[in-house]
Amino acid sequence: MADSRINVPAATRRDEAIEVRISIRHAMETGYRTDEGGKPVPRNVIRSFACRYNGDPVFAVRVSSGIAANPYFRFFVTARESGTLDFEWIDDAGARGTAQAAVKVV
Amino acid sequence: MPSCWRRSLRQRSGFIKASGLTRRLLRANSHLQIRFAGALLGPVVALLLISAVQAQQRALPLNVLRSGIEFSGSDVRSMQSDDLANPGFLWVERGEKLWNDSTGGSSCASCHGDASASMRGVVARYPAFDAASGTVLDLEARINDCRVRRQKQNPLPRESDDLLGLTAYLALQSRGMALAARIDGPAGAAFDRGRAFYSQRHGQMNLSCAQCHDQNWGKRLYAETLSQGHGNAFPAYKLEWQTLGSLQRRIRACLFGIRAEMPPPGASELTDIELFLAWRAQGLPLEAPGVRR
Repeated sequence: MADSRINVPAATRRDEAIEVRISIRHAMETGYRTDEGGKPVPRNVIRSFACRYNGDPVFAVRVSSGIAANPYFRFFVTARESGTLDFEWIDDAGARGTAQAAVKVV
Repeated sequence: MPSCWRRSLRQRSGFIKASGLTRRLLRANSHLQIRFAGALLGPVVALLLISAVQAQQRALPLNVLRSGIEFSGSDVRSMQSDDLANPGFLWVERGEKLWNDSTGGSSCASCHGDASASMRGVVARYPAFDAASGTVLDLEARINDCRVRRQKQNPLPRESDDLLGLTAYLALQSRGMALAARIDGPAGAAFDRGRAFYSQRHGQMNLSCAQCHDQNWGKRLYAETLSQGHGNAFPAYKLEWQTLGSLQRRIRACLFGIRAEMPPPGASELTDIELFLAWRAQGLPLEAPGVRR
């Protein structure tokens, strides 16, 4: 399954705010549900999500079970220079997801 | 329950009478055409009669059809209209990978090539009659038939992410095209069964599909507005399910809601009703992968 889908403008001017959008494939199991046999399904949600711009943190969220499955984040970053956005998220099971997107300042 | 049986028998005999009437009208029309041969009147009368016949057969005439998205709130609409916000595209990307994946020997693309060309318009014609098996197949069954007979691989379970991925990817190739399933010829028997199922009362609540979706659409049912019950957005991302799901899953959910027996996924009854729904929604644009509450 595609782990994530990212949308960043192909090119931007310096010091302009760019819109970053990312949707992540995750079941976000709340821990409140039971399976068909009545056994509780263990909680497994994305615990933290962070974005770094050329290594500097620009966006971070502590996520909880109140967030729906396949979370979708949308935020703005000031494009200082060309480089990369690194996304990273970790769920309760310890699984770590990463993604990258390029920022091009013209 | 005998009263329920009597009622459904009456409904059925009403339908037979109606179709007998259309036959008589058509016969009468052919006499008219002979009498006014060469005149313009004949074809005009024929057109009027044919449209009258269609209106009689369709509980919802084509000009009142409204996609389920029109009954949705602005949040759901904006999710569906934005391909990045639409979570269904997570499955589309998976489907695209599977389409080109040849680990089992041959990929879908080995035979069908570029899906955007070879599969354009295909899903809008499903469910469709398959001559080899002699049955009507929905898209899921067609993909699995291809996997088993041509690719010599295991069929994919219904509602698995892989099968949903492929159906979503294929449906996307026909997005915006009008639904146009064929119900003539060998598909006719399945269509008739689907139509009968649709108008029959089911379950402890003793409700038919038609009572909500033909006779009371647009009214409120608890917090929801009853839609016309079209399947043109499926496979769709249901916010309630928090995942993508097939039209069969949606139909089963409706049957669960009226406390009726649910045919198992893949059952022929469900394919029959899918075919009837496709005909009923004829002309509506395919929206898959759609978003629904």
